[in-house]
Amino acid sequence: MIQLKVNGTSRQFDGDPDMPLLWYLRDILDMTGTKFGCGVGLCGACTVHVNGAATRSCSMTMKQAAGKNILTIEGLAAHGDHPVQKAWKANNVPQCGYCQSGQIMQAAALLKQKPKPTDHDIDEAMQGNICRCGTYQHIRQAIKQAAGVKA
Amino acid sequence: MSNVYQVSRRGFLEGLFSAGALILAAPLVPEILKGSEADNAAFHPGVYVGIQPDGKVIIVVHRSEMGTGIRTTLPMVLADELEADWKRVQIEQAIGDRKYGSQNTDGSNSIVGFYEPFRVAGATARTMLEAAAASKWNVPASECQAKNHEVVHSSSGRKLGFGELVADAAKQPVPKREDVHLKSPADFRYIGKEVPITDLDAIVTGQRAFGMDAKVPGMLFASIEHPPVLGGKVANVDDSEALKVKGVSKTVPIETFKGSNYMFNPLGGVAVIADNTWAAFQGRKKLKIDWDLGPHATYDSVTYKKELQETARKPGRAERQVGDVDAAFAKATKIIEAEYYVPHLAHAPMEPPVAVADYRDGKVTIWAPTQNPQAVQTTVAPAVGVKPEDVTCNVTLLGGGFGRKSKPDYCAEAAILSKQLGKPVKVVWSREDDLHFDYFHFVAAMYMKAAVNEKGLPTAWLGRSVYPPMLSGSDKPSYGGLGSMGFIDVPWEMADFRAENGMAQGHVRVGWLRSVANIPHAFAVHSFIDELAAAAGRDRVEYLLAALGSDRIIELGGGGRGGGRGGRGGANRPNPYPIDTARFKRIVEMVADQSGWGKKKSGNGHGYGIAVHRSFLSYVATVVEVEVDSKGGIRIPRVDTVVDAGTVVNPERVRAQFEGAAVFGASLALMGEITSGDGRIQQSNFHNYPVARINEAPFETHVTLVKSDAAPGGVGEPGVPPIAPAICNAVFAATGKRVRDLPLKKAKLV
Ligand code: FES
Ligand code: FES
Repeated sequence: MIQLKVNGTSRQFDGDPDMPLLWYLRDILDMTGTKFGCGVGLCGACTVHVNGAATRSCSMTMKQAAGKNILTIEGLAAHGDHPVQKAWKANNVPQCGYCQSGQIMQAAALLKQKPKPTDHDIDEAMQGNICRCGTYQHIRQAIKQAAGVKA
Repeated sequence: MSNVYQVSRRGFLEGLFSAGALILAAPLVPEILKGSEADNAAFHPGVYVGIQPDGKVIIVVHRSEMGTGIRTTLPMVLADELEADWKRVQIEQAIGDRKYGSQNTDGSNSIVGFYEPFRVAGATARTMLEAAAASKWNVPASECQAKNHEVVHSSSGRKLGFGELVADAAKQPVPKREDVHLKSPADFRYIGKEVPITDLDAIVTGQRAFGMDAKVPGMLFASIEHPPVLGGKVANVDDSEALKVKGVSKTVPIETFKGSNYMFNPLGGVAVIADNTWAAFQGRKKLKIDWDLGPHATYDSVTYKKELQETARKPGRAERQVGDVDAAFAKATKIIEAEYYVPHLAHAPMEPPVAVADYRDGKVTIWAPTQNPQAVQTTVAPAVGVKPEDVTCNVTLLGGGFGRKSKPDYCAEAAILSKQLGKPVKVVWSREDDLHFDYFHFVAAMYMKAAVNEKGLPTAWLGRSVYPPMLSGSDKPSYGGLGSMGFIDVPWEMADFRAENGMAQGHVRVGWLRSVANIPHAFAVHSFIDELAAAAGRDRVEYLLAALGSDRIIELGGGGRGGGRGGRGGANRPNPYPIDTARFKRIVEMVADQSGWGKKKSGNGHGYGIAVHRSFLSYVATVVEVEVDSKGGIRIPRVDTVVDAGTVVNPERVRAQFEGAAVFGASLALMGEITSGDGRIQQSNFHNYPVARINEAPFETHVTLVKSDAAPGGVGEPGVPPIAPAICNAVFAATGKRVRDLPLKKAKLV
């Protein structure tokens, strides 16, 4: 039996321990805010925080998630008012929106580590998150706004 | 027949509106579409607005949301004419139904086709509310004006809210079109303003469901092993190991489409059924299948490229001719030739194809991210032996589409499985499935030839383009057809012109991708004009303005096959979208100004390139700045784009489309390539089919929209075509290397 915490709630799982955390969240817990884009750690759509660190949930098995604290987009802020979410709204970042849960989780982790990121920091932290709609420029602006640094 | 009429609340609108609501429907066929594909829709009402007795305005959007903002933008148009308070507008997504007219969200056509009908629908409802108030107050209707969700009597200042007027308004005769007055642009409340998308909050909190998130109680999950080669069939399957995977319950064969015509139909294969997506994926890996591969197993991209290039060197079918290019070439003093090539590209929307189907008692309900819910109905119906009207297609948000999700093959797969299993089924495509079995953008080879005068300007122009037709796996080569997609509608001022199309055979599924044939055509035409300018040693901006020549309207006569989105005139109607060289020239001047053209010298690995292209009725000029490092790596510090799309409804979203198009165009130009070997696609995920990431995309893109009251043009696609040629022209300026084959990553720049 695998025990873990998802958005502060204790959970138990007795299915296939090799199941990626992504599919546990999506198919078992019905928490579909975390998206499937590539399944192999190449796109970032599935990004969640594991013990505070941005992690590709498609590439972490349930066995590896055991005992960890998982934070998903649904739990990022009680009212969708995390500074990153607010900046995302103020800058109208999403186009189709599909990649944005992952982008927001990645950006939130970045700002925790580097509250005043440079363009280079943003490139480094965000290059694992593909946006096929091409919202990168808006993403960069929103991160800077959330960080309170000059665009 | 009146343009707008009341519809009964029965039927497919049932449940959406409460009793006593005023509901209006307008026929969806805008003037410019008459005499074309929308004729069938002419007798069906389509744009719906309802006003509830509590004053809530419900607007039904029949176009799919895949990131353009259309779910917000079309309602803005209607709400504006209605004088509705945006806060009291509820937006509902239409199911697939012919009553709406065309729902196929492609061709950058949602605003082009439906701006006017949505305005008329809103204005008609407003007129009826005003008439209801006038009769209540017993005053002339001309003294009553709707304003922000209420009707006001001008002289007395009396007011009645929309909700209070609903019952009486519903009894008013529906006014004729000529008695409905559209607002003057100065009075627009929402049109031209920046309105955030309606799904914004739900998206940033992960609450908004996409197709991938659809769930029905009791649903099973399926993953399908498709034939590795188009048209292949299962010869033998051993599923014993697959069935041992925990969670896997069954495997189900799916028939391969019949004959050579794959169209929208499933590819066939073997489905693994499980109680979660992961188990279905795992089960699939354990299948042992022998395939009967069929004739396309020899498809090889290297050979195919040569075939197409050879065809492009021989005369093809003339699709538009003006003057006599052959005679002009015979007496020309200087001739320039070049060949260009664009490989297969994949759509790769972030959300792979996915659909949920629930077959029950001869009826099917689908939940899917689809650009074309009516095609879902007409494809699913024969696949499971029901009538199209027995297929209900619920349209979810699309996690990107780019043309891929116009094809409902994945929906048919889910329906077939649901019928067989007697349970709702969700079919999930992996990224590998998406890249192996896309409806790829076609491979295209182009041959260009021009005679130039003493100033280096083209006087005669021959363009030949070769690619296979879309949506047909015919056994013989055939014509792709040029359409008005950048090849017959070349805007340079020249006496002699011919555009030809050569035959090619398709070996994989081919479909349209964001801006379609404009991608290879703009690449060839705007690289070639840059080559002519280089040969003349002239500044590109100055040269383009000279090549565009006099202010004039270009008629696509002279044997032109028209079609596409070249602008539709007709015997009795003026074409609202003529090709206007003055609009081209204006944006060239504007983009030169905006980008600081000519202020910094190109060379030494740093350069600027320009391209100006019209597609989907919009004019776009782009300047790209590139830096090429000592290893040949390309960086794009800046893109400047000026767009003349006529009337713009939601400028902020339109600019976003052009920023996105710069990224999409950079992806395909720098790194986009799908190849086949032995009939199998050789790319499988984002490591070998890369798309631009934040550090590879243009660092900044500046978009300016030309202020215009002209009829609206498309905005979803037109930003893409100029990007690849502008990048390659910039690379030439930076390095002196001319890249004629995409993608750039294969070119030796140092
Ligand atoms: S789905 Fe996990 S990185 Fe793409
Ligand atoms: S917003 Fe569509 S993929 Fe990022």
